[in-house]
Amino acid sequence: MRQLATRLFDPLLDGLVDVGRTGWFFLGMLIALPRGLTYPRELFRQIWFVGAKSLIIIMISGLFVGMVLSLQLYYTLSIFGGTSALGTVIALSLYRELGPVVTALLFAGRAGTAITAEVGLMRATDQLSAMEMMAVDPMAFVASPRFLAGIIAMPLLVAVFNLMGLFGGHLVGVSWLGIDNGTFWSNMTSNVSVWKDVVNGEWKALAFGALVSLIAVYQGYSAPPTSEGVANATTRTVVSSSIAILALDFVLTAFLM
Amino acid sequence: MNPRRSYAAGTGLFILLGFAALAYLATQTTSLVNFQSGPTYDVTAEFTNIGGLKDRAPVKLAGVRIGTVEGVKLDEKSMDAKVTMAISDRYNEIPEDSYAKIMTSGLLGDQFISISPGGSPRNLKNGSMLENTQSALQLEDLIGKFLTGSGGSRTKSSGTGSGAP
Repeated sequence: MRQLATRLFDPLLDGLVDVGRTGWFFLGMLIALPRGLTYPRELFRQIWFVGAKSLIIIMISGLFVGMVLSLQLYYTLSIFGGTSALGTVIALSLYRELGPVVTALLFAGRAGTAITAEVGLMRATDQLSAMEMMAVDPMAFVASPRFLAGIIAMPLLVAVFNLMGLFGGHLVGVSWLGIDNGTFWSNMTSNVSVWKDVVNGEWKALAFGALVSLIAVYQGYSAPPTSEGVANATTRTVVSSSIAILALDFVLTAFLM
Repeated sequence: MNPRRSYAAGTGLFILLGFAALAYLATQTTSLVNFQSGPTYDVTAEFTNIGGLKDRAPVKLAGVRIGTVEGVKLDEKSMDAKVTMAISDRYNEIPEDSYAKIMTSGLLGDQFISISPGGSPRNLKNGSMLENTQSALQLEDLIGKFLTGSGGSRTKSSGTGSGAP
């Protein structure tokens, strides 16, 4: 009985400890952030690494999400005879919800894992200790640029995702299902607002970018210096980020409504 | 090109692309498209019921967009809705006795103001008021009239109670 209880609660306790340590790590990184800005070249390299290199997967995913969204919503709207609202519904679903969330999930898989593995191997091969020896703070040189790069790259990736999604939705809706082009656009432009929809989604993107890169850097930083440790940390990055993204999404949506 | 320069160029390109996409989304796919550019003049009209007419709804003449709804207020004296429209200066030869009607685009679409030109030689100018108006069609009223069979014989007011038996 006691054993069962331990087996049930230990993972929960571990999770709680992980959240707490991530919080402390976040504070430490915030303090190091101003010094991190003294390495702009490193920041630039990280934006390339997490942002520009994720562009292709984001664009292809956006296109297909938009296309399937168009098909599904056309089916649903045709039940109510409201297919003229297709453009509006596609744009609102993408801007407010799917764009930020799907991009963040892909970002965690594509960039978050890479950050964790890289930082974890730096730790395992004592590169971080070597930096400290040379009086270079790894928090400022390794952690901060990666964190900032995530915050900068995510909103841009979300914008590209939304644009590709809209293009895919337009392709299916107008060219294939035969919705009138003018109806599609005029209905969308009269119902989508900049501040309530586009900017709303970009706030989410900022928050998710910070969250995913924080989790990724922390997991890499705290990974045990073995090959198994780095492998587990990489897995945890994806799992924790995904759960955190979806939970935070609910909270943010409730606040930003 | 050495590797450092090539990733710097790639990063720059990525940032530019991201901002371009964001700018396109913000300006071309939202209600910003409907913003009037250039000078406008204000015209008001009173309706007994505006239905679901919202700010920034289009004002159309013969189906062509000539302006936007700037504001909706309740006129305390007449208890009518007072709608202010901003009409583009380019369209300054609309007869004074034109007819303003609230219409719906499609069954579930948005509402807009449709203007049918009258025959007066004098034109609308800043501050003038459209006297001839027709309120929004209320689906509920129509259904009520249909159910009670009282269509046409009762009062023309589009307020509540017109469907009472």
